[in-house]
Formats: sequence, structure tokens, C-alpha cells
Amino acid sequence: MLTCQELTELATDYVEGETPFERRVSVWMHLAMCKHCRAYLRQYRDTIAALGRLPEEPPPPECREELLRRFRGRTP
Amino acid sequence: MVDRGESELVAKLRAGDEHAFTALVDRYHAAMRRLARTFVSTDAAADEVVQDTWVVVLDGIAKFEERSSFKTWLFRILVNRARTKGTREARTVPASSLASDDERDPAVDPARFDQRGMWSSPPERWDAETPEKLMLRQELVVALDQAIRELPERQRTVVVLRDVLGWTSDEVCNVLELEETNQRVLLHRARSRLREMLEQYRTR
Repeated sequence: MLTCQELTELATDYVEGETPFERRVSVWMHLAMCKHCRAYLRQYRDTIAALGRLPEEPPPPECREELLRRFRGRTP
Repeated sequence: MVDRGESELVAKLRAGDEHAFTALVDRYHAAMRRLARTFVSTDAAADEVVQDTWVVVLDGIAKFEERSSFKTWLFRILVNRARTKGTREARTVPASSLASDDERDPAVDPARFDQRGMWSSPPERWDAETPEKLMLRQELVVALDQAIRELPERQRTVVVLRDVLGWTSDEVCNVLELEETNQRVLLHRARSRLREMLEQYRTR
């Protein structure tokens, strides 16, 4: 039987789909019985989702212009 | 994975097409900047790395043989330059990251489990907030950015590429020249630490 501590170490393999079938079944069985590990895994997935939502900054116009200047400077 | 639009842009860039150049800059600039920022300590230094990278790309595009994708080639150049700059910085600036890079570090503090390995101090419940709602809170965005910066370098680079920029593990392994299993270990440590940070932050 999988312990909670072991489950926290399997989280990435599990979420990445890299756990062999038998291991996956033992994760499912553990999760069915353990609300703390369900909460843990939810938080783990929420963390990944939050990282994917960090805002993206477009290139500042000065930087774009500087790059263009260099580009034009090298084409004959 | 072959990206049709990309090979077309690269062919046009070779021919000296300015629109192809700006299209590639717009496509990759934000990702390049974010990745560069994981190696150097200021936004200005990251911008320099990105600029230098494009200069190297323009110099080398004629000789680029498409043995790898353009994206892989571009980001390998970026990582090399960012690493060099980061190392040079580290000699003058005190190390920003004191976090250990030990691959055997546990995902969760062992003190939170009892002798049978069951939770004795279980994860604190988070409010029923979706990640979208979470990230609308500016202070949380700042805290998460800061926590990423405090990760050891290799963990930081992997988690930024995988989870912030949404790359596949194959792409990450190609650019960083890492084994898949090693990539997964680094990702595991990084995500575990960031979850812990969010847990502490949410319950503070």
C-alpha cells in the first residue's frame, strides 16, 4: 500500500503519464481513500495551471527598433 | 515536430526578408526574455542576452543546416549566451540562489508525515479559487515570479520552459541537452517547491 509520502514523490510521474499501469492503479486506490492526497494533487495541478498563466510581456518597441536597425545594417 | 510556418519564415529570413525577421522576433521574443531572465539577475541583462542572440542568429542563419528545428537552434544559442553572462555576473554579485539543488530533496518536508508515511500535517485547503482567478491577484503573480527566481538554476530553467512557456519535455531536453528522466526529476523538485510556496502564501 502506497504511503502519502510516496504519493507526493510520484506526483510528477503520475501527472506526466509516466507511471507504469500497476503503479497508477495504486495511486488511484490511495486517492480514493485519502482526501489529503486528493487535496495535495489538486494543489499540484493548480500550481502548474497558475504557472501557465503568468503574464507574457510583448517586446518593448525600442528593442524591436534596435533589432531592426541591426538587421538593416547587415543586409546589403 | 515540423512547423511549416516556421520553416517558411526561416527561408525568407535567409533571403534577407525584413518581415520574416520581425515575425520571428514577435513569435519568440517574450519566451526568450523570460528564459534569459532565469540566468541573469536584471531585466536589462536579459534584454542584452536576447539582442546578442539575434545578432548571432543573423550571422549564422546562412550556415544553419536545419539538423534541429530553428526553435531549438535559437534557444540553444540563447541558453549558451545567458549562461555565460550569468556566470560572469555570479563572480561580481553574491549568489542569488541559496536553495539546494540536491535531487534527493523531498517533495514535502518529511516532518509533515508520521512514522507510517501518512500526513500528520496535511496540506492546508485552498479556497475554491480557479488558477485563472488566482493569477488575477497581482501580489500572487509577483510572489510566484519571485519563488521561481529562488529555485536552483536547472530547476528554474526546466520549470519555466515546461510550465510557464508550455514546451513539451522533448523540446526541453533538446534545448538543454538533458536526459528525459533527469528533466522530470528537476521538474518534480521545482513544482513541489512552488506548490509549497503557494500553500504557505495562501494560508498566511
